[in-house]
Amino acid sequence: MLISIVLIPLALGLLALVIHSKGVRRGLLIIGAISHSIMTAVQALQKTHPTTGIWIGLDSTGLLFLSITSILFLAVAVYTVGYLGRDSDRKVMDSVEGFLFRNEPEAVFIACLLLFLSSMSMVCISRDMGLLWVAVEATTLVSAPLISFHSHHRSLEARWKYLLICSVGIAVALLGNYFMAFAGHGKIHLNLDNLITGAASLDQAWLKAAFLMLLVGYGTKMGMAPMHTWLPDAHSESPSMVSALLSGALLNCAFLGIFRAHSVLSAAGLGLFSGELLVFFGMFSMAIAAAFMIRQSDYKRMLAYSSIEHMGIMALGLGIGGLASTGAMLHAVNHSLTKGMLFLVSGQILFTYGSKKTDDVRNVIKTMPLAGILWLFGFLAITGAPPFGPFLSEMTILKGMLQSGRLFVAAGYLMLLGVIFIAMARIVIPMAFGLPEKSKSFAPSPDIQQEPIWFAGPTLALAAVILVMGLYIPGFVWNFFGKAAAMTGGF
Amino acid sequence: MSIWTNIFILGLVLTDFRLLATSRLATVIQTTVFQAFALSAFMLTMADRPWPPLLIFLALLTLMVKGLVLPWLLRRAMRETRAQREIEPIVGYSASVLVGIVLLGLSFLIFIPLKTSVSQESAFLLPAALFTTLTGLMIIISRKNALTQVVGYLVMENGVYAFGAALAVEEPLLVEMGVLLDVFVAVFVMGITVYQISREFDNIDTDRLSELKD
Repeated sequence: MLISIVLIPLALGLLALVIHSKGVRRGLLIIGAISHSIMTAVQALQKTHPTTGIWIGLDSTGLLFLSITSILFLAVAVYTVGYLGRDSDRKVMDSVEGFLFRNEPEAVFIACLLLFLSSMSMVCISRDMGLLWVAVEATTLVSAPLISFHSHHRSLEARWKYLLICSVGIAVALLGNYFMAFAGHGKIHLNLDNLITGAASLDQAWLKAAFLMLLVGYGTKMGMAPMHTWLPDAHSESPSMVSALLSGALLNCAFLGIFRAHSVLSAAGLGLFSGELLVFFGMFSMAIAAAFMIRQSDYKRMLAYSSIEHMGIMALGLGIGGLASTGAMLHAVNHSLTKGMLFLVSGQILFTYGSKKTDDVRNVIKTMPLAGILWLFGFLAITGAPPFGPFLSEMTILKGMLQSGRLFVAAGYLMLLGVIFIAMARIVIPMAFGLPEKSKSFAPSPDIQQEPIWFAGPTLALAAVILVMGLYIPGFVWNFFGKAAAMTGGF
Repeated sequence: MSIWTNIFILGLVLTDFRLLATSRLATVIQTTVFQAFALSAFMLTMADRPWPPLLIFLALLTLMVKGLVLPWLLRRAMRETRAQREIEPIVGYSASVLVGIVLLGLSFLIFIPLKTSVSQESAFLLPAALFTTLTGLMIIISRKNALTQVVGYLVMENGVYAFGAALAVEEPLLVEMGVLLDVFVAVFVMGITVYQISREFDNIDTDRLSELKD
């Protein structure tokens, strides 16, 4: 049963709220993650998918995003259990202002993580624009408490901005849904198959208006500039595994909403209109991200802006269409896994050095060899250096641009990638190799293990996948990505 | 398709102006009760009689959630945070009303090129719905008090919901109920957040929330 992929994490999440034993609760998180992965694998291995119902069903695109969410959540769950074991009960020193604070109750945190998984799975399997909306809004609500797990005034500010900005954005997306219903003269239900087969009879003016609303609405959630303002705050203030999930899984869910809308418009013969909008916003997001990454003084914010950049790249690929949209699908996987790993590493660096300022972090490679290597590895991967996964997907998108003769777009794309590479290098390289200033000499306390197994395991596993994705992708996997992009004219 | 539909739509527009003109939080919250009433009433008047039972249920549910439970929650949050009124709005009240008039005009203009075959019964429904959405947005942007902003979100959602009401006959009502549930939880979570902000900052003016930036 497909729906169990939503219901099991939901049930486990609710169970986590009422269970008192800490060990059992953390066990539930692991059980939730593993069972979700198994269910996703079962779905992926089925040769034919049962004809999809009105409400839920799994097509290649849905399956792709579901798999990303599942893999990332598994890695994050393992990390989280270790993380909670380290500092759930003691008072924690704030890294910026040095006051003590307590964490939110752990039961709520674990429950919200599981509910977050449940609602994201719902987004992936929705076949109805209305249901998709309900699920996306649900992801906002259950992830808000995660952001302020470290309960202090900055995380509260981030949570407030996240809640308000995303809710308003999502409300605009709902308006887009209704506009789409108006486009069908109120006769066509917002089921995707209905919309796509009946696309010719949709009213074009309403449909265009609907897409604009959906793009602004889901674009807010996805962190597209200029609606991205909540994103750096939320990513920098939340605990690192939450940042990893937000960046690697949640943004994808919002992207899926835009993807669905774009596929309806393509079917209605308006693909050029929606595609051009996507190209514009994609380019703009990359430019804004580049501008804010130059001389960024906070490394978690740097990663957050990098997410905005990569969402821009995905929108760009989708907008160009053809091979580029296959590349965008591939890039969704590569970005999610790489960024997830980078956030987990940044969390470990933050714990050891006690500062989010890049200037305070020096010589990581000596202090914590594994984290240092992974930090460099992640930096090279995310900026599109060979031979890692993102290199391949960014090149595929570039090839798609050249194939469709978009030379100016390709030039702008390459230039921005170059700027971002340099901006990130100037931050990351000194962090890894630079020697600390005398006044700020830093000695990690020897009694705490800097790189425990729960940190090394998930990050190394993610790193291995990223490397393999860059070296060799078997033919049938390529076909799968092509099929995932096919709704919008990819091949 | 009766005179009643238009009366309720007019009621919606009037409540929007009341929201723009007042500084008292209690009044703002009370006005949303009227909006809930107008919303659920014209949802019914738009449909042919006899009303389908599911529609009646949805209208009652709307009235209960938006007219009873949420205002109660908001009043409670108001007491807990001891916030009485908006002290210094970013845009003043008379200016807000003027902006409101412009927005109303714009809402009518936008729908001139967009003709629809749904709900031709009332030429005012779609502009009024859009105007309510924009009013909510205006309140969120122009007020500093976090609780007023939550109400702004609720008003915005009411406007979007009014669009849905125009379709409620044709659209699956299940989705409408999902929407209602989400709005309820959203206001609930926002309310909790406002409460935590008031504990941490001693007041709920959102211009205090400006530490995070580049």
